[in-house]
Amino acid sequence: MMEAKATSVEVRLPSRLGYEKVAMSTAAAVAKLMGFKEDRVDDLKTAVAEACINAIEHGNLLNEALSVGVVLSTVDDMLEVKVIDDGKGLKALPPKPNIDRKIHGEEDPRGMGMFLIQALVDEAEWVKGANGKSSYVRLVIRLDKDSE
Amino acid sequence: MQTDTKARVDQLTSPAGHPVAVLRFEGDISSTSKDAVLGTYQSLSKESTKLVLLDFTKVDYINSSGIALVIQLLIEASNSAQKVYAFGLSPHFTKVFTMVGITKYAGLFADQTAALAAI
Repeated sequence: MMEAKATSVEVRLPSRLGYEKVAMSTAAAVAKLMGFKEDRVDDLKTAVAEACINAIEHGNLLNEALSVGVVLSTVDDMLEVKVIDDGKGLKALPPKPNIDRKIHGEEDPRGMGMFLIQALVDEAEWVKGANGKSSYVRLVIRLDKDSE
Repeated sequence: MQTDTKARVDQLTSPAGHPVAVLRFEGDISSTSKDAVLGTYQSLSKESTKLVLLDFTKVDYINSSGIALVIQLLIEASNSAQKVYAFGLSPHFTKVFTMVGITKYAGLFADQTAALAAI
């Protein structure tokens, strides 16, 4: 593993579905440099993808004139990812999806992105931006020293 | 940037003698995959197809919109008295499918041989 130093990497994505893969690849590269195991890298990739999709679809409303900022910061054993859009931010976290309700048509089949984000990383928080802009989701994933 | 989803159907018979429609997907499964996932499934006869097997062996990327399409397929299958099984998911997407509860409505198997043997 590389010597632990504070490092920051920034990527800007167009608000176009599919470009979340650029953020996934970047996050995976940083996590691998930090020494994360493959399964945790996969968890991070999915969480980052879902955060970017939310930013593109719901934050920037697919407006390609707006971009999504992805800032990856590493300190010691922690990787923090901020995904920033121009939306007003979340009013409230959606309830946990219920597969039985979905199968029986009582709940929209969609709506699992935020649940996956929360389930796959160590910390996730949604922060409303000042003046109704630059809202972001902050994800944190930590190296599990016991299993490295 | 998004890879198109390809899909095709193979009609097989399980070792127990049951006809099985195998839907083989390739590429990404995301919001643009509706025709490939649901369209291909809906092309099957509801009357003659009672066992459906989803092959994810050649799928690298599934996002929440893609998972929602799989759930829509499961809803339609449930309403048509069809049973759905799947194989070929990576360990990560096996975990994700388990987290969201899909395993309650679609049995997951490592590969086609294991899936057919269980049907």
